[in-house]
Amino acid sequence: MKYDQVVSAFDPVLGLEVHVELGTKSKMFCGCATLFGAEPNTQVCPVCLGLPGSLPVVNRKAIEYTIAIGLALNCSIAPYSRFARKNYFYPDMPKNFQTSQYDEPICKNGYLDLEVETEDGIKEFRVDIERVHMEEDTGKSLHVGGATGRIHGADYSLLDYNRAGIPLVEIVTKTIEGTGKYAPLVAKAYVKELRDILRSLGVSDVKMEQGSLRCDANVSLRPMGEKKLGTRSETKNVNSLRSVERAVRAEMIRHAGILETGGKVKQETRHFHENTGETTAGRSKEQAEDYRYFQEPDLIPIAPADSWIDEIRKNLPERPSERRKRLQSAWSVPDKEMAAMVNADVLDLVAETVELGADPTKARGWWLGEIARIANENEKWAGELPISPVNVKELIDLINAGELTDKLARQVVEGVINGEGSPKEVVAQRGFKVVSDDTALMEAIERAITTQPDVADKVRNGHIPAAGALIGAVMKDTKGQADAAKVRSLLLKHLGQSE
Amino acid sequence: MIRKSANEMAASLASGEVTSVELTKAHFARIEEVDVKVRAFLHLDTEGALASASVIDERRKKGEELPPLAGVPLALKDVLVQKNVPTTCGSKILQGWRPPYDATVVKNLKKNGVVILGKTNMDEFAMGSSTENSAFHPTHNPWDLTRIPGGSGGGSSAAISSFEAPLAIGTDTGGSIRQPAAVTGTVGVKPTYGGVSRYGLVAFSSSLDQAGPCARTVLDAALLHEAIAGHDEKDSTSIDAPVPKVVEAARRGDVKGVRIGVIKELQGEGYQAGVLERFQESLDILSGLGAEIVEVSCPSFDYALPAYYLIAPSECSSNLARFDAMRFGLRVGEGSAEEVMNATREAGFGREVKRRIILGTYALSSGYYDAYYGSAQKVRTLIKNDFEKAFLSADVLVSPTAPTTAFKIGEKSDDPLAMYLNDIATIPVNLAGICAISIPSGLAKEDSLPAGFQVMAPAMADDRLYNVGAALERELLAKWSKPLLDFAPELA
Repeated sequence: MKYDQVVSAFDPVLGLEVHVELGTKSKMFCGCATLFGAEPNTQVCPVCLGLPGSLPVVNRKAIEYTIAIGLALNCSIAPYSRFARKNYFYPDMPKNFQTSQYDEPICKNGYLDLEVETEDGIKEFRVDIERVHMEEDTGKSLHVGGATGRIHGADYSLLDYNRAGIPLVEIVTKTIEGTGKYAPLVAKAYVKELRDILRSLGVSDVKMEQGSLRCDANVSLRPMGEKKLGTRSETKNVNSLRSVERAVRAEMIRHAGILETGGKVKQETRHFHENTGETTAGRSKEQAEDYRYFQEPDLIPIAPADSWIDEIRKNLPERPSERRKRLQSAWSVPDKEMAAMVNADVLDLVAETVELGADPTKARGWWLGEIARIANENEKWAGELPISPVNVKELIDLINAGELTDKLARQVVEGVINGEGSPKEVVAQRGFKVVSDDTALMEAIERAITTQPDVADKVRNGHIPAAGALIGAVMKDTKGQADAAKVRSLLLKHLGQSE
Repeated sequence: MIRKSANEMAASLASGEVTSVELTKAHFARIEEVDVKVRAFLHLDTEGALASASVIDERRKKGEELPPLAGVPLALKDVLVQKNVPTTCGSKILQGWRPPYDATVVKNLKKNGVVILGKTNMDEFAMGSSTENSAFHPTHNPWDLTRIPGGSGGGSSAAISSFEAPLAIGTDTGGSIRQPAAVTGTVGVKPTYGGVSRYGLVAFSSSLDQAGPCARTVLDAALLHEAIAGHDEKDSTSIDAPVPKVVEAARRGDVKGVRIGVIKELQGEGYQAGVLERFQESLDILSGLGAEIVEVSCPSFDYALPAYYLIAPSECSSNLARFDAMRFGLRVGEGSAEEVMNATREAGFGREVKRRIILGTYALSSGYYDAYYGSAQKVRTLIKNDFEKAFLSADVLVSPTAPTTAFKIGEKSDDPLAMYLNDIATIPVNLAGICAISIPSGLAKEDSLPAGFQVMAPAMADDRLYNVGAALERELLAKWSKPLLDFAPELA
């Protein structure tokens, strides 16, 4: 079924669960470090290994972060909430229960307003938030042998408990209805806006590729006009913003295909595959698992003082949506350009470059231009490249000082990204030098006129556009190290013409 | 020397009459001599104990000022982790495990210079009232080797009543310190919940477990209590308040004007006549000392036992999930992780532990939660309310510690319900999180075996236990003209 047909016959309903690893220095219930990528099992202790006798103690910072998230999402903060144990056996879960929250989450009933860019212009949607609660992450299993890297068919498994006990926050939406054909875009916009908020709060590094922000997408379809919800699937392994949109779209198409032929959608977990853009069945959820939740007797209830909540509220940063509006007007950026920056996710990078003193238009030009081009080529995000706002500011300064031409500057960007050092270092090492010596330039101009006398005559006769060929020759002669504008003005003057 | 109280041993150490190494060796000699019969210990840390004893002796020789119990030996219940010393909880599933850390109680003992002789036997994961559920061997009551020493801390109570150690640490989830104390003629205290850190105490039922002192005298128990108690930031349920002045109270022993409430529901049917007789005698003594005796009623106590046997198994079903062969302890079987987990748990846990895991798993299941775990939590609140009300008219409450004296080994092994009933008088205290002491009240007429007198006090009023206990102990000692344990048969 084509997507257009899907959305004309069915009404999609979404539910999004986002897990965020908090960026606290220590774990949720012990003092272990939380650095990403450390040697396996080097950031562990009796508590996060679940050794007999050990007990959890709540990380105050994690609670503070969670309250901040709740406030930023317009939630009410529970004056009294509790931890609960979610009981199930899994080798990478040390205690064979996860300390989580069940019927008493710390934040409830919020919302997030979205501006979604669509083919029909910008549309506004409000996503209601059901709850924000705290829990601990599990360790990681590495299944060795077998074809799939999954547990089935593996020869053996290795366990790394470094991640076990890292604080997680789960943000659950209420059902998202009425998005129609925009459902995949709304899903993506929601995760993106949420990510920007979390980043602005400084509570997480929100890297989807590293798993510090994970999204599970619940999708169901119902026939147009029907009130009753259809059976949902829950898609996991959605590891980028693009994947959020693709996964929702793929599930909508899959569900529609089943429903159209009179079939029944199975309530199950699906895995999204980035390479094919499709989902495959995971474990079936038709029989609900019984997690035997009960309140965690090793922890006392969380009862944040009003004064503490007020203090957190007072320190909340500017909302990303408000900040965007402010920056757009301060920089006088047209809507389309603003959207381009937001889409390429370079707004923060441009803002940092501007804060360092660079001209907003020039800063934007570099981050959206040459740097974005190289990022695209490498299938990366500009922020992942080894070039910083400081580098870009330096680059712009060099151009302003006449020490670099635009053409040379592009090569410098390439050099910085290749790890050759700062822009100044790249300029020095590659021996770039703008030829600004008039005598040298005049010699090159003379040579160009000698080799292309006809062209020179045309210019002399007032056909200015013909000058391009001569300027090109001069630039080639000077190996691109001349300032094209200067060459142009010298050449025209020499041939008795004016601009 | 080994028959002295810990306080007297401490005095002998301080005066230089004996060294800690000599004292420690004397206890190891006693253990060598009688533990083949008593079987109180699961593991002896001879090397470690002598090393720490000699450090204390060195420090004393240098003229350092040492804590009161420095150099005095102690037996540790095998449910508390001690760094690099085997900790089994009386279970095969932990066989071979050497913990990489010290429990806070152990840390406090070491800080106080107490010499840890070894780990004592217990019912597996503290589940039982007789120590017969140990995966290794039963422990025998020094008063009669064919009888149980109580449980789950039977190893600790047997060790001190057989003079293998002057002090021991126990843990009390439903009576596991007090009932063994009662049936061995020793003193045992369950401190207020949160009074002693649970960090490093292998959890059976987190909301009920509490470590506490076992000793031969009230003052010894108080000295040990003060050494191990206090706030611990590693235990979120630990109370951040000063430790009640228990040693001072144990030295005072003055009950004049103290209102003592006798709990109507904790006597009568099911209680052995000789036990009740000793209980009444103690009451009369306290009354004679100027205490005011009142009767109080705690009607919800009738539901304490069923509530306990839902809450404790529920928590244990979750607490014991971590014994899965993945990171420590026993590993049985081959194949997938799930197969290894299943095979290990099947082989590693004993019958009573499995019974309680199954019971708790069931009680927490969706659809049953409200009827079982939920209702039990409500009963718990009612019991707390009963206590609160009773403490309006009494400063302390009293009852026999256990309904009977020590029963025969094997007598109740096939009847879990009969076994559970032995804790009828001790369980309400755990459910309410308050504190209680058991002190010897003498020998029951019909079997010449020790009976226990229980005193209960509100949370963080542990000092009251010691005050009343010391007064009663002093009068009984005068009446018997020698310590009760001197009436026990000689083992050697």
